[in-house]
Amino acid sequence: MSYLPYVVAGWLFLIGLYGVVTSRNFIHLTVCLTVMQSSTYVLLLAIGYKHRSSAPIFYGIPAGSRVVDPVVQALTLTDIVVSVAVVALILSLALDIHEQAKTLDPEQAVEVSG
Amino acid sequence: MSWLLVMPVVVPLASAALVAAGDHVVPEAVKEYPPMIAAAASAVFSVLLLLQVQSHDLVHWHGGWTPRHGVAIGIAFVGEPLGVGFAAFAGVIVTAALVFSWHYMEESPRLYRVLMLVFLAAVSGFALSADLFNMFVWFELGAVATYALAGYMVEELGPLQGAINFAITNSIAAFSILFGIGLVYGRTGALNLAQIGESLAQRRPDGLVIVAFTLIVAGFFVKSALVPFHLWLADTYAVAPAPVCLVFAAVMSELGLFGIARIYWTAFSGAFAAHSGAITATFVAVGLATALLGAVMALLQRHLKRLLAYTVIAHVGVTLVGIGLLNAKGTAAAANLVLAHGLLTGALFLGAGVLLREFGDVDELRLFGRGGRLRVLGTTLALAAVGLAGVPYVGTFLGHSLLDESARTRGYGWVAPLTVLATAVSSAAVLRAVARIFFAVGTREDPLLSAQPPEEPPEEEANRPLMVVVTALLVALGLAASVIPGLQDRTEHAADHFRDRRAYVGQLLHGEQAKHEPSPVVLHSAKPVSLVYGGLEAAILLAATALGLYRRRVPLGVRRVAGRFLGPPITVLRGFHSGIAADYVAWITVGTALIGGIWALTLR
Repeated sequence: MSYLPYVVAGWLFLIGLYGVVTSRNFIHLTVCLTVMQSSTYVLLLAIGYKHRSSAPIFYGIPAGSRVVDPVVQALTLTDIVVSVAVVALILSLALDIHEQAKTLDPEQAVEVSG
Repeated sequence: MSWLLVMPVVVPLASAALVAAGDHVVPEAVKEYPPMIAAAASAVFSVLLLLQVQSHDLVHWHGGWTPRHGVAIGIAFVGEPLGVGFAAFAGVIVTAALVFSWHYMEESPRLYRVLMLVFLAAVSGFALSADLFNMFVWFELGAVATYALAGYMVEELGPLQGAINFAITNSIAAFSILFGIGLVYGRTGALNLAQIGESLAQRRPDGLVIVAFTLIVAGFFVKSALVPFHLWLADTYAVAPAPVCLVFAAVMSELGLFGIARIYWTAFSGAFAAHSGAITATFVAVGLATALLGAVMALLQRHLKRLLAYTVIAHVGVTLVGIGLLNAKGTAAAANLVLAHGLLTGALFLGAGVLLREFGDVDELRLFGRGGRLRVLGTTLALAAVGLAGVPYVGTFLGHSLLDESARTRGYGWVAPLTVLATAVSSAAVLRAVARIFFAVGTREDPLLSAQPPEEPPEEEANRPLMVVVTALLVALGLAASVIPGLQDRTEHAADHFRDRRAYVGQLLHGEQAKHEPSPVVLHSAKPVSLVYGGLEAAILLAATALGLYRRRVPLGVRRVAGRFLGPPITVLRGFHSGIAADYVAWITVGTALIGGIWALTLR
C-alpha cells in the first residue's frame, strides 16, 4: 500500500487552503474551495482501495472475489452532490456581489466590519 | 413506537418538498399556513418523543438493517433525552420564527419557508443520528439552507458579504470535518458512533486519532464560532433577516457544540479516557477566551444586531466551558444555558426586527429615544437582557449555577467569576442599547462605538402586535427557564445518560435496552455561592450599563488614562474583524494548528 494518495490528499487540502487565503477574486476563491474538497475525495477513495481487486459491482463476478470498499465510494458520491449545491450557491452570491459592488475582489466588497 | 423517532425529520422534510411543489396550486391567501403547521407538527412529535424517552431510549434502524453479531450494518437513529430535547427546541424556535414572519418576509416567501423547514429537518436528523457520516450529511444539508437564508436580501451588499463569508468559512469547516471522518473510517472501518467508540477504545490514541479529533472539533468550532474561529459570525448575524437570526442564534450556533459533545462521548471518550484533563483544559481555555472577547466586542457596537451577534459569541463560549468540564453537571449546565440563552437572544433579535420594520434602522444612537412609543417592547427586551445575565432565579441562572458546581468539582473553581464577568458585560451592552433606544437614557453620542451602514427595512405591511407577542412569549419562556420544577434533575439525569458510552454501545450493537428511570421531581433551592455569583452578576450588569450610558461623566483625567491603555488593544481587536473571508480562513487555520499542536503534546 503506497502512501502517495495520502500525500496527494494532504497536498490538495493545503494548496486549496493557501489559494482561499490569498485569493483576490471570488470566482478563483470558489475554485480553490473545490480543490480543497477534492482532497477529501482522494482521501476517501485511497482508504477504500485494495490492491488487485475489482470495482464493487457484484454482477458477473464469482462470489467471494476481492472488491474495493464500496462504502467510501458512496460517501464520495454523496459529498460530490452536496458540494455541487454549495459551490452553485457561493457562485450565485459572487454574481450578486459583482452586480452590487462592481468588483469580485473580497477586500473591496467589504460593507460591514469591526 | 420507533416510527415516532423519524417523525421530527420526515414531517418538515416532506412538507418542505410539498410546499415547494404546490407553490403554483395553493392560493396566495393560505400559503403561509402549511409551513407553520408543519413546523408546529414537528415540534409536537419531538415533544411526544421527549416524553417517551424519559425512562428508556428508542432506537430505529433505517430499512430494518439491524446489526449482525455486534457489527452495525445500517444507519440508526437513537432517541435519548438531550438529543430529542434539542430537536424539540429547534421545532419550537422554527415555529416561532415562522409565526413572527407571518407577513414580515414578502419577497419570494415560498423559498424562505421551504429553507426553514429543511433546516429544521436537518437539525433534528443531526440530533438523532447515531452514524458519523449521516450526521455530516444532516450538518451539510442544514448548512446549505442557512447559507441561502443568510443571503436572502440579494439587493444589498451587506447581507451578500455576510452570506459569502459564512458560506466560505463554513464550507472549509465541513471539509475539515469530512477529512476527520475519513481518517476515523480508515482507522476503524466503521461509521456507527458506537462501533467507532468500541474500536478506538481498544488502544492508546496515536497521531492519526488525534489529527482526526482535531479536524472534527475544529470544524464544529467554526460552526459555533469559538475564538479564533468566530470571525464570520458577526458579519452574518448582523445582516440576516430577524426571524432567520432567531433560528441562527438559538439553534445553529449551538448545533456545533452539540456535535462536539455527541461525538466526543460516543466515539472518542474511550480512547481519551486517560487524557480528559487535557481536553478539559483546552475547551475551558477556548471557551473563556471566546466569552471574554465576545463580551468586549459587544460593548463596542452600536448596530443592535451586530451587538447581539457578539453576545451570542460570548454565550457560546460559556456553554463550551460547560461541555468541556466533561461531567454530568457541566453537560446539564450547557443544556440549560442553550435553552435559556436561545430563547432570550432569539427574542432580542426579533425585537431588533420590529425596530427595523418601524424605524428602518437598528442603530442605537440614531434611534435614541425614538422607541419611546413602543414601551411594551422596550420593557420586554430590557427583561430579556437581565435574564441573559443570569441574576438569581431568572433566565440563565440555573445554567450558571450548575456550571459553577461542575467547575468546582473538577478543580476549576476560578472559572465561575470569569463567566459571570463575561455574561454580565455582554448583557450590559444589550441593556445599554435598550435603555438608549426605548427610554432615552444616557448620552446621545458615543464615538467609541463602531458605526455600520443602515439596512433596508422589509417593505410589506407587517402585523406588529403579533410580532411583539411572539417576542414577549419567547422572553417569558426564557425567563422562566431557571425555575421550571424538575428541569434541573431531568437535565442532570439526561446529561449523565448522554455521557454513558457503555449504555450507548449496548443498545445500538447488542440490542440491550438502555433504561434510565428518572428521579422524582425535587425542588432545589440555589446554593448560597450561586446566589453570591448571581448578585455579583447583577451588580456588574448595572455598573457596566451605567458606565456605557454615562461614560462622558467620568472625569477627563481617568478617561485619558483608560484611553491610553485600552485604546490600542481595542483597535487591534477591531482590526481582526476585518470583514474579509480570507483573513477569517487564515485564523481558522491558525486555530486548528494551535489546538492540534497542543493535543499532539498532551493527548499521548
